[in-house]
Amino acid sequence: MDTKRLVIVAVGGQGNLLASSVLGEACLLAEVPMRMSEIHGMAQRGGVVESALVFGDAASSIISDGEADVLLGFEPAETLRALGKCNRGSVVITNIAPLMPFTVNIGQGVYPDLKRLQELIRGKTARLVAFNATALAKQAGNVLAVNMVLLGALIQTGALPLTGDQVREAMRRKTKAAFLDVNLKAFDLGHAAARDAA
Amino acid sequence: MHKLLVDQVGDTMLLLGNEAIARGAVEAGVAFASTYPGTPSSEIALNLFQISRESDLYFEFSTNEQVALEVAAAAANCGVRSMVMMKHVGLNVAADALMTLAYVGVKAGLVILTADDPSMFSSQNEQDNRYYARFAGLPMLEPSSVDEARAMVATALDLSERLQQPVLLRTTTRINHSSGSVTLGPIRPRRTRGEFKKDPMNLVVVPAVARRLHVKLLKKLEAAQALAEQSPFNLAEGDGPWGIICNGVSFNYVRDAVRDLGIAGKTRVLRLGFAHPFPRAVVQEFLRGCERVLVVEEGEPLMEEAAKVVAQEAGLTLPIRGKAPDLFSRLYEYDPAMVRRAVARCFGLPDQAPTPVDLSDLPPIPQRPPTLCAGCSHRATLYAVKKAAEGMDAIFPSDIGCYTLGFLPPLSMADYVVCMGMSTGCVGGFAQATGRKIVSFIGDSTFFHSGIPGLINAVFNRHHFTLVILDNGTTAMTGHQPHPGVDMTQLGVQGHGRVSIENLVRGIGVPHVTVIKPYKVKKSIEAVREALRFPGVSVVISQEVCALYARTIKLPKRKPFQVTAKCTNHRTCLNELACPAFYVWKDRVHIDPDLCTGCALCAQVCPENAILPVKDTD
Repeated sequence: MDTKRLVIVAVGGQGNLLASSVLGEACLLAEVPMRMSEIHGMAQRGGVVESALVFGDAASSIISDGEADVLLGFEPAETLRALGKCNRGSVVITNIAPLMPFTVNIGQGVYPDLKRLQELIRGKTARLVAFNATALAKQAGNVLAVNMVLLGALIQTGALPLTGDQVREAMRRKTKAAFLDVNLKAFDLGHAAARDAA
Repeated sequence: MHKLLVDQVGDTMLLLGNEAIARGAVEAGVAFASTYPGTPSSEIALNLFQISRESDLYFEFSTNEQVALEVAAAAANCGVRSMVMMKHVGLNVAADALMTLAYVGVKAGLVILTADDPSMFSSQNEQDNRYYARFAGLPMLEPSSVDEARAMVATALDLSERLQQPVLLRTTTRINHSSGSVTLGPIRPRRTRGEFKKDPMNLVVVPAVARRLHVKLLKKLEAAQALAEQSPFNLAEGDGPWGIICNGVSFNYVRDAVRDLGIAGKTRVLRLGFAHPFPRAVVQEFLRGCERVLVVEEGEPLMEEAAKVVAQEAGLTLPIRGKAPDLFSRLYEYDPAMVRRAVARCFGLPDQAPTPVDLSDLPPIPQRPPTLCAGCSHRATLYAVKKAAEGMDAIFPSDIGCYTLGFLPPLSMADYVVCMGMSTGCVGGFAQATGRKIVSFIGDSTFFHSGIPGLINAVFNRHHFTLVILDNGTTAMTGHQPHPGVDMTQLGVQGHGRVSIENLVRGIGVPHVTVIKPYKVKKSIEAVREALRFPGVSVVISQEVCALYARTIKLPKRKPFQVTAKCTNHRTCLNELACPAFYVWKDRVHIDPDLCTGCALCAQVCPENAILPVKDTD
């Protein structure tokens, strides 16, 4: 199968690593070879968490600049910051609800304008799916389900060799039973949002 | 049952590299494991700690890496299979034991895992610990994949027992923190009890003994080399006039580069997984079949130089290239595109890489650096010291831990950070050279690790300074591991002693010792001021549990605070503390109740007393 490269960026605490592990489990179920790597040392301290997932027969577990087929951003400024991983043909999926870095809060930076941010990303890549995943997570029942909303959108784009059913089954195995209903609802809401954003 | 204890040979699991290594330890029958936490190795220890709670594996968090190696070496000397894991700089701390342990050897297997960190993602340098294998004279294995990391633990232990030598297992962050599929192997039963045989003529390294043991070491190296020459971990694949020698994760990038450039029919790749002692015969044979060779290794040109020696001795003059301005740097980690470009350049090929998007018209994106957590007790302590030291022209050496993040504005409370323990060690040098007041910061775990000798030195050599020990009850930065000062019953673990930092400091004979509770701002500032003005060595122990750890051990939560209408928008709170729980909305400061831990630091700093607890009725 073709190699597919996915970069996921988020702010520490948004559930990037859980989302990555759900995708990993889905790959085991689907018998899709996959390697992934993560930089998470500063996750607890408000820093950025980036993970790279390589689906298919490639041996590398990290992704170079310009080589991501898909960029999934849990936070819009972080999506913009990671844009260098993309090329003309990349698909970008991003939450548009911002999390202010504390540097902005103390007046040492200006948060980019969200409209301009989306225009820039749309103009440089093949496709942008942008929506308020945080609001959908709240609608599903828990703001922490933002990662599952975004997984729903990711699967809807068809960019990865995984089906919704495989990912849902992976969620059953990898996430806490008490949160499963909320997570599955979040996944479906994200799936619908990506479909409607087309 | 812990997921890594599952006894299902042949099953596949998706594991983090560190989990795979812990599984490897289980499969290899490791009965004794020790560590000092250090990213990227920390999850190995976490898993072994959990496993030790439900099996007969003995595991301990040792005071520092030297002690961790020493306890494991002693166990291995008695016939108990042992493993010690640490980050790369940790091996510096353990190096004294390592160097002579290579002479003394072991009876049962001892594997020393060194987790290197190219690009220093969480470290103060990116030293290349492969040199330790050469320096000490020890065999070294390096995995290229998560599953191989698992398998190499057993290989390392078997090798260690065969040679009666410790063996280094060297990984990098991209192995430790990568995930991949592993195939479970059988679990070898643990032998947890051994015996000590009196043998001073081989175990007590007075010079006469050491002279003999060095001869033995060289003989063991010869035997190790013969094994390296035969090792299946030193594999050559492909065929052709172009040769690539590589190791570790570079092997993955090379494989992908060869495939993407379409040169599989022209290229042979030699991956060295058992690279010390250098398998000269294997490399010589490889070189003979090549017209030109590229060496792909992150860090130092170790294999490149060793290959050149082999070529010279065999009379081979083919170009062997690696580090060069047009190829590879000694800096930082490599990535697939970089390796592909270098391979293309070395062998004169076109490289059709996808062009990254143009970023030149992007607006500046505000930084999101890691910062002290909301409610972090270090913020309170650093603030109190900053206030108390106002007007003193002090120098503030600091050390390695969460509190190092206090170097960021607005606190800006760290002037010199080099290695663990430096904050107490450097004091006399700064004091003598400048005559200024020195105020050092050190964490509780770091203090036990290597801060004590520096403090004793100051008492003995009469260096005047104030040491602020930030005691948050855990080793926080690496993931809340225990240390000797921690209350283990909070983790539900019985049977540990507990070393009191205050008693230790008083026992050293420090003339002025105070304990402060940093969330009580005024009292803390007064106490620190007194300590700063004491003419001699003074120690302030700031005791307050880590805010994140408090959640983990389920300590009672405090009510969050809010900014009330009394606020006149001074921004003192934001400008002096910059707690991440603050946010600005419509030009007013607010506190996020989901992030606020109710430490009340900002409430005490506000000149209007405008920050108050959120009441249940609010």
